[in-house]
Amino acid sequence: MLVIGYGNAGRGDDGLGPAFAERILAAGVQDCAVDIDYQLTVDHALQVAGASTVVFVDAMIGVEGPFRFSPVRADKAADLTSHSLQPEAVLTLAEMLYDAAPEAFVLGIAGASFGEVAEGLSGPARRNLGQAEAFFLDWVRARPATTGAVMTDA
Amino acid sequence: MAEPRLIEISPVTRVEGHGKVTIHLDANNQVDEARLHIVEFRGFERFIRGRLLWEVPVIVQRLCGICPVSHHLAAAKAMDVICGVDDLPPTAEKMRRLMHYGQVMQSHVLHFFHLAAPDLLFGFGAPAEKRNIFEVIKENPELGRRAIAMRKFGQDIIEATAGKKIHGTGAIPGGINRNLPVPARDAFLAVIDEMCLWAQDALALARRYTQEHDHLVAEFASFPSNHMSLVRDSDGALDLYHGKLRALNAVGGTIFEKLDYARYHEVLVEDVRPWSYMKFPFIKELGPEKGWYRVGPLARMNTVSFIDTPLANAALAELKQETSGAPNNSTLVNHWARMIEVLHCVEKIRELLHDPDLQGTDLRATGQRREEGTGVIEAPRGNLIHHYKVDENDTVTYCNLIVSTTHNNEGMNRAVKDVAVKHLSGQERITEGMLNHVEVAIRAYDPCLSCATHALGQMPLQIELFDADGGLLDSRQRSA
Repeated sequence: MLVIGYGNAGRGDDGLGPAFAERILAAGVQDCAVDIDYQLTVDHALQVAGASTVVFVDAMIGVEGPFRFSPVRADKAADLTSHSLQPEAVLTLAEMLYDAAPEAFVLGIAGASFGEVAEGLSGPARRNLGQAEAFFLDWVRARPATTGAVMTDA
Repeated sequence: MAEPRLIEISPVTRVEGHGKVTIHLDANNQVDEARLHIVEFRGFERFIRGRLLWEVPVIVQRLCGICPVSHHLAAAKAMDVICGVDDLPPTAEKMRRLMHYGQVMQSHVLHFFHLAAPDLLFGFGAPAEKRNIFEVIKENPELGRRAIAMRKFGQDIIEATAGKKIHGTGAIPGGINRNLPVPARDAFLAVIDEMCLWAQDALALARRYTQEHDHLVAEFASFPSNHMSLVRDSDGALDLYHGKLRALNAVGGTIFEKLDYARYHEVLVEDVRPWSYMKFPFIKELGPEKGWYRVGPLARMNTVSFIDTPLANAALAELKQETSGAPNNSTLVNHWARMIEVLHCVEKIRELLHDPDLQGTDLRATGQRREEGTGVIEAPRGNLIHHYKVDENDTVTYCNLIVSTTHNNEGMNRAVKDVAVKHLSGQERITEGMLNHVEVAIRAYDPCLSCATHALGQMPLQIELFDADGGLLDSRQRSA
């Protein structure tokens, strides 16, 4: 399994993705590689193509509840308007270029404070992060063991 | 009679961060005014104040998710000065250079293949659903695989030299905190020749596009300007890491030459305009009307005397032939210049990988403490200035940054106006393709709008039309 936590820790709650990834790294989840980045870019397609399961973790705006966890698939209608890509676009590139279609999920963690130049998460974001982490660790434990290839780039 | 209208493109797509274009049409549908508004980081210089000088090269990487290494190195260079270090140990300087070439290479490759190629391959006015990286890959999957492999190569160089892919700590005040182990060196050497071949192919693609579209290139956002960059102190060669400032006018005349970049504030003034958060720098002696200038890949090709790597230098000679040696003022030629720099970076990386200094152990120098330091680097998008003052407790008391996109602010605004006048004036109906022409002109500068915030749920593009009274005439939302 590959977990990619992305966002800018210098922009308040935009750092939720990296903060989650750091926690999963610290937890030492078995057979789980962790990557931390500012944003998703085209080269993540190569990394994703080498994994059996991928979990994209990002801050989220406008979500009800502390987090949202949902499957995600390749989608050619994905947003392509920046250097930064959405998970659907990364999966599409992995499929088109490397004929790879890993099982994939998005874990969006609700943030409250974005845009300001500030380090550290807001109080609500910290609480949501804790709940998302607990959910994820339970989810991993409940899954059958996998033997898929894992790339490490943390 | 038709009413005057205001067109907004907000945010501009396929650039980094958020920008907005407003185009005012008069009652006869002629473009009256066109402006690029950029929502810039306004709190960063304040954020840095109060920090310890040692942590600044790491913290400044939060400025940008696309070129954090440029900020890392510019800040480290400024802190070298504050620490009294004017000459780094060879291993330290070469490791930093390796990091920088890896950064410039991967940044340029990402821009060219992902953001510019759809416009160049399918045309600016092609349907929006056609102008994207998926369609490029559908037609040429090998091109896509090469682009990703080149991008990864550059990222791996950054990781090997900075310690981490993001928030690297490699460059420290006075030096570097690691050398390049032999196994890592050998892994890079194993693929460097392939990278060089691919860089040449990419360069050929950009050159061919420019030459085959010479009429478009000549008229599209093409206008005279001054150009500024660092050049190597000894001979005026292209030097992306260090040098002195050179500024030329639109026909190649010297404005200033071999200027110590610590004196940047003596020759550059940052103008403020009420409608924009971003400043408008200009060369003081020429004034705001005549003193604005451009930076970046094409500006560098214009200012340098030559390139010290053979393949890139031959490519520079070809580019210069287009204008008989005079500065090239065509915005779209930036793509060609960008690919020359990719080849240059690959050549420099190969040269460095064969240098045993990369395995040296003298990593850091010390000197007599100073209170002020300026670090300047040629970042992927152009000249980048970091200027700091610190107190006796090593705390930053002053920070001034002039980033590449700020240097290019006036140039980008002129490009928007030029294209808007040529492609939107007199049109009864504004199509998505016409608006894309405006965005193409902006994208040629690869502006980094200093915003890596991208939380899920944000809207990528909204276009709104307003009448003279501010009433909304039309609205368009683009999701792809």
